[in-house]
Amino acid sequence: MSFWRDPIVFLINWAKGLLDGIGWGPGWATTVGFVIGAFVLAAGAMFFVVFLIWYERKLIGRFQDRFGPNRLGPFGLFQPLADMLKIFTKELITPVGVDWVAYNLAPVLSVSAVLMMWAVTPFSKTFFGVNISVGILFLIAIGGLGELGILLAGWGSNNKYALVGALRAIAQLISYEVPFVLSALVPVMLSGSMSLVDIVEAQQPWYIVVAPAAAFIFFIASVAETGRAPFDLAEAESEIVAGYNVEYSGLKFGMFFVGEFLHAFTASFIFVTVFLGGWRGPFADEIPVLGLAYFFIKTFIVYFALILFRGTNPRFRIDQMMDLNWKVLTPLALVVIMAVALVNSLFASSADWLRISALLAVNLVIVFAAERLVRRGVKTTRPEVGSRQRPVASPDNVFIQPGSGVKG
Amino acid sequence: MIPLSWYLIAAAALFCIGLFGVLSRKNAVSILMSIELMLNAVNINLVAFWHYHSQIQGVSQVAPQVFVAMVFIIAAAEVAVGLALIISAYKRRETSVVDEMTLLKG
Amino acid sequence: MSGLQVVFLIVAIVTLFSGLMVVASRKMMHSALWLILSLLGVAILFGTLQAGFFAIVQILVYIGAISILIIFTLMLTRRVMDDDHPGVIKGWWLPALMAVILFGLLAGFMATWDNFQAMLNELPANPENLAGFGAALVDPAGYVIPFEVASVLLLAALVGAIYIAAERKEKAG
Repeated sequence: MSFWRDPIVFLINWAKGLLDGIGWGPGWATTVGFVIGAFVLAAGAMFFVVFLIWYERKLIGRFQDRFGPNRLGPFGLFQPLADMLKIFTKELITPVGVDWVAYNLAPVLSVSAVLMMWAVTPFSKTFFGVNISVGILFLIAIGGLGELGILLAGWGSNNKYALVGALRAIAQLISYEVPFVLSALVPVMLSGSMSLVDIVEAQQPWYIVVAPAAAFIFFIASVAETGRAPFDLAEAESEIVAGYNVEYSGLKFGMFFVGEFLHAFTASFIFVTVFLGGWRGPFADEIPVLGLAYFFIKTFIVYFALILFRGTNPRFRIDQMMDLNWKVLTPLALVVIMAVALVNSLFASSADWLRISALLAVNLVIVFAAERLVRRGVKTTRPEVGSRQRPVASPDNVFIQPGSGVKG
Repeated sequence: MIPLSWYLIAAAALFCIGLFGVLSRKNAVSILMSIELMLNAVNINLVAFWHYHSQIQGVSQVAPQVFVAMVFIIAAAEVAVGLALIISAYKRRETSVVDEMTLLKG
Repeated sequence: MSGLQVVFLIVAIVTLFSGLMVVASRKMMHSALWLILSLLGVAILFGTLQAGFFAIVQILVYIGAISILIIFTLMLTRRVMDDDHPGVIKGWWLPALMAVILFGLLAGFMATWDNFQAMLNELPANPENLAGFGAALVDPAGYVIPFEVASVLLLAALVGAIYIAAERKEKAG
């Protein structure tokens, strides 16, 4: 029964017991366990990206009123495999004059930064890599390492456009770290600890119910941190010639590609961990496997929201992005922190439901007030949908080719 | 487990390497990088002594922690202003080699 | 030789070697990359001292922000990609001699301290006491004044850096 309750941890303990039985001490067994666990997790994440690419391409296709890939395999499931095969077998062209260290280190840093985020998140009550006491700070620090990868890619490519693309990408990423960190402070305040395991344990009502304003800012900042649309100025195909990864081909480009999809998924599950209760759900405490299932269901819902966000919004310009960050998100995040701290300490001694409803009310007031203020500052007015007369095709104003046999 | 002396010697060595860099590099940004090395050596020293004193007193000492935090903050502020100065001087003098900025030479 | 001692030796040697390469590299960009490696080594040293919070803040502040600033500045202040001449001045043996003498003096002076060879053992549970650290930073009887002064310093640095590095619009004529 205990295998079915928690298969992964059961297997890990069985393997450790095996090593212990051979004669290795518990210290060595734990170390080897960690190494194998890290390898399995990283490999699992990379294989999982194949599924993520398929999911995203099908969804984007549906949003754009077309089928996604549907030729290879049932429902196009083998399409990402074909993509991976193509990327593996392409020639690795290294341009002349590149800085060898920077050029080759960049994709490694990009992907490893994302994989390291998988090490600290709790996937279920008992299955997590390591319980660092400053988990949230670790996530932000690792994001900084990822930015370093982009910078090295831009510099090492010996290409003016790659350099400018990298500089813009870095400017965007370090700017959006500010509301990211500030809004991540709200769950830290509410749960009293920076460790992700403790934050999930303390989420009796999910924090999205308690502090929706902070969740909103965190979501937008996460999307901007991953460099996905609509914040994908730095690497969009129609912009600066695909930006910082223009000189990469073959597997090195594949690493950037995979790293970006994995980063989107990682951002989803970080949001789920911090605001949507992680693995919490009915009966998740007794049966950890159920916690794992809830975690993945919630992550896929948030990933769906991310893809929806990508498929329905046009791209931001760089100055619009910076305006949004410094003039809207950062002051809003500061106000939310102060309001949550104030209300939390005012209601610290009263009943739980009273405190939570007060926090929810304050957050909703802040969101609506901010929306009013931002709307007042908008320079251009948009026409209402459906307000102007649009020409509708009717048989007398449609041009019909003579000789085509179609009658008007 | 690890003697305190190892940390202190490592910090002293890093400090001296940074000092060599400050005194002998030509590029202004290199000098700033060497200053960062010296500040990190000081930080290693402070954190080693925090551990030592917390071990003696049995409870975590706050004063060394605050000191380390102050060093972080001051290093960040100094790097920002220093790099802004270097960029500004580069725009005027078209060079970032300190030996070529000799306007004040008598 | 316990595991922790082996880790310390490896990390310390890597850090010091990277520090040497920072001051001895010919190309500026490689110098910056070696600096990042030595900062990472210092972060791991903080980790061995059970100061996990400071290790992560080191990565966040130094590698995630200061190194990126340094690389930005390197990119903005290159005339051509000229790295042909050595990066150290002609008479570099004198600073090297001074550094070695200083190291000898420091090590020798520290060795005369009684508890120089003290063993650093593991701290009891909750080694860093982050809650106490945070409380002390805002306690009027604690360290609130240095905290506030540091924030004013950061504000001054922010405003100053923007002002200094900003483009001046040249007056026409």
